[in-house]
Amino acid sequence: MNPAQQPRNSEPQPCAAATDAAVGRTLSEQIFSQHLGSDVRAGDLCVIEPDVAMGHDSLTPSIIKIMREELGIARVHNPQQVVLVMDHVAPASTVGTANAQATIRRFAQEQGIRLFDVGRGICHQVLVEEGIASAGKVVIGSDSHSTSYGAVAAFGAGMGSTDIALCWGTGKAWFRIPETIRVRCVGRFQPGVDAKDLALWLCRKWSINGANYAALEYHGLEWLQRHERQTLASMAIELGAKAGVFPPQPGDLSFGTIPEWFGLQRRAAYQSTWDVDCAALQPQVAIPHSVDHVVDLGEIAGQPIDVVFLGTCTNGRAEDLRAAADVVADRSLAIRLIVTPASSHELQRAIADGSLQILLAAGATLTTPGCGPCMGRHQGTLAENERCLSTGNRNFRGRMGSPDSQIFLASPAVAAATAVTGRICHPRDLSDVLFSHDSTYAEATHA
Amino acid sequence: MPRIWKFADDIDTDQIVPGRYAPYMRPDEDVGNAAFIEAHPEFNRLAAPGDILVAGENFGCGSSREYAPLALRRRGIGAIVAKSFARIFFRNAINLGIPVFTAPELVERIQDGAEASLDVAAGQLLVGENVYPLRPMPGFAQQIVAAGGIVPFVRKSGRFPTETAATT
Repeated sequence: MNPAQQPRNSEPQPCAAATDAAVGRTLSEQIFSQHLGSDVRAGDLCVIEPDVAMGHDSLTPSIIKIMREELGIARVHNPQQVVLVMDHVAPASTVGTANAQATIRRFAQEQGIRLFDVGRGICHQVLVEEGIASAGKVVIGSDSHSTSYGAVAAFGAGMGSTDIALCWGTGKAWFRIPETIRVRCVGRFQPGVDAKDLALWLCRKWSINGANYAALEYHGLEWLQRHERQTLASMAIELGAKAGVFPPQPGDLSFGTIPEWFGLQRRAAYQSTWDVDCAALQPQVAIPHSVDHVVDLGEIAGQPIDVVFLGTCTNGRAEDLRAAADVVADRSLAIRLIVTPASSHELQRAIADGSLQILLAAGATLTTPGCGPCMGRHQGTLAENERCLSTGNRNFRGRMGSPDSQIFLASPAVAAATAVTGRICHPRDLSDVLFSHDSTYAEATHA
Repeated sequence: MPRIWKFADDIDTDQIVPGRYAPYMRPDEDVGNAAFIEAHPEFNRLAAPGDILVAGENFGCGSSREYAPLALRRRGIGAIVAKSFARIFFRNAINLGIPVFTAPELVERIQDGAEASLDVAAGQLLVGENVYPLRPMPGFAQQIVAAGGIVPFVRKSGRFPTETAATT
C-alpha cells in the first residue's frame, strides 16, 4: 500500500507492510519498529514506551494535576523517563508562576525526577546538550517545538498535557506512524545565507500545513553542523510536521551514540519529495502574521523595526550569537537588542569566544537563558504597534505581546544588521545603508 | 438555539488562547473565559454551550497547548468542523472529548451565525433547514470521544484505545 494514497484524518488502517522485503524503511519506521519489537510502517498505530517524556514549567502544573486528579495516579511510572525544565517564564515573573514553579520543584524531588531549573536553558537545547535526546530515541514533550530532537536523529514530537500525563502515569503513549516527506537538498548556501533562510524557504514554498501529519527527513545536508540542524528541526512544526528527523551520521559525535540498527535505508517509501537547491537560496524574512508569509529580504528591506530579539530554540545558540557579533562588532545599535541564550552552556560559549562582550558593548540587553520573550510573557513583551524582528520561529498575531504588534522572522545575521540600522537590513548592505541613510535612521530611531 | 461560528484558514493556537492567558499566567481564572479573547471578542463574549465551530484549513496550528481546546470545551462547544486540522490540536481535542470532523466539502456552504445542532448518533450536522452528513471520526477517536475523553476511556477500560488496534 502506498502511504501517500491514504487520506489524512481517515481511519488509519493497520498495514500489511513488510511483505515486500526489498522496500526499505524510513527513519521513523525504523525507530518505531525497534521500540515496538515488530515491523511497523507508515499508517500503523502502535503503543510504545517513549524514551523521554519532557515537561516544562508552563504546562507541568497541568500535567501533574491531570495525572493525579483525573487519572488518579500518584507516582510517575518511570522517573527515568521524565525530564522537567524551567524555561518558559524563567525566573518567575508573578506570584502565580513562582507558586507553580515551587510545585514543580516539590514534585521533582518527591518523584526522583531530573529537573533543570531556572537559568539552565530551553528544554530542547538542554535535552540535546545533556545527551538525553540522541539518535534513535523517541522523545515526546509538552511543547510543539519538540520536533527539535530530530537534529540528533531522535523522533521528537509535541503533545498536549493529557498525552504527557498518560505517559508519566503509565509509561506509554500511542502513535500513528507518520508518512515521511523527504526534503532532498543539493548545493550549499551562498555567503550571507544560513539554515534559518532554508527553514523559512521551506515554509514559504510548502506552506504552514505542507507537512501536516507527516515526518520530514532531511537528506543532502550532511555538511550542516548540529546547531544548524536544530534550527531546521525546530521549525519542522511550522510546516505542520509531527517530526523532522536528520539521518544519523556514523562517527559524528553530535548525534550521541548511534544504535547499530539505525540509518538511511535504500528504497524507503516516501509520501513525497521536496527538492531544494541550497545554492539558489536568498535571505528570507517571514512577515506578519504567519510563518509561511515569507519574502526575499530584498522585498522588505528598509522597513522600520523597534526591537530585535536574538534567541529561542531555533536560533539562540553560541554560533547564532557569534554570527550576530560578527555583524555588530565595532558598531553601535540603533534600536533595542534583546539577547536570550538558549542555555547556560551556550551563554558560557558566547562568553568564551567574545561574542557576548561584543553584543553587550554595542548596547544589547542580556536575559536569562530560556525562552525569553518568544511567547510574550516576560523579558520583552511587545507594546501596541511595536514591530519586532526576531530570530524565533513564530510570528502569529499577538504571540509576543499586543495583538497590534508585528513580528518579523529572520536569521541572526539579519537580526544583527537590523539592530544596527533600525531597519530590516542584510549585513552585506550594512555599510551602504549606514553611509547613505544616516539621517533617516536617526529620525526613525529617535522619533 | 446553538449557532455556527465561522473561522478562516490557519487559525493558530495563539488566536484561540494567547500564551499570555495560559492557566500558568492566570491560575485563578477559568481558561474558558480566554477563548478567542483577542482574535474574536464577539465569540469570547457570546459563545454558548452547543455552539459549533466551522473553520477552513489547518485549524489549531502552532503550539501544543492543550488549554486552547480546553478553553473551547469549557465553553461547551459541541463540535468543530473544518476543512482540515493541525495534528496536535486534532489529537488534543479528541483527548478532551470534543467531536472533530474533517469536512472540506461542507465548510463553504455553512454561514456564520446560522442556527445549528449536531446529531452525534446519526452523524449529521443540522444547519437551519439543511441536513449535512458528517464523515465519521477515525474509530479510535470515536471510542475516545464517546467515553468523554481519553482520561475517562483509560480509567474505564484500563488500556489505550489503540492497543487492540495495534495488536490485532
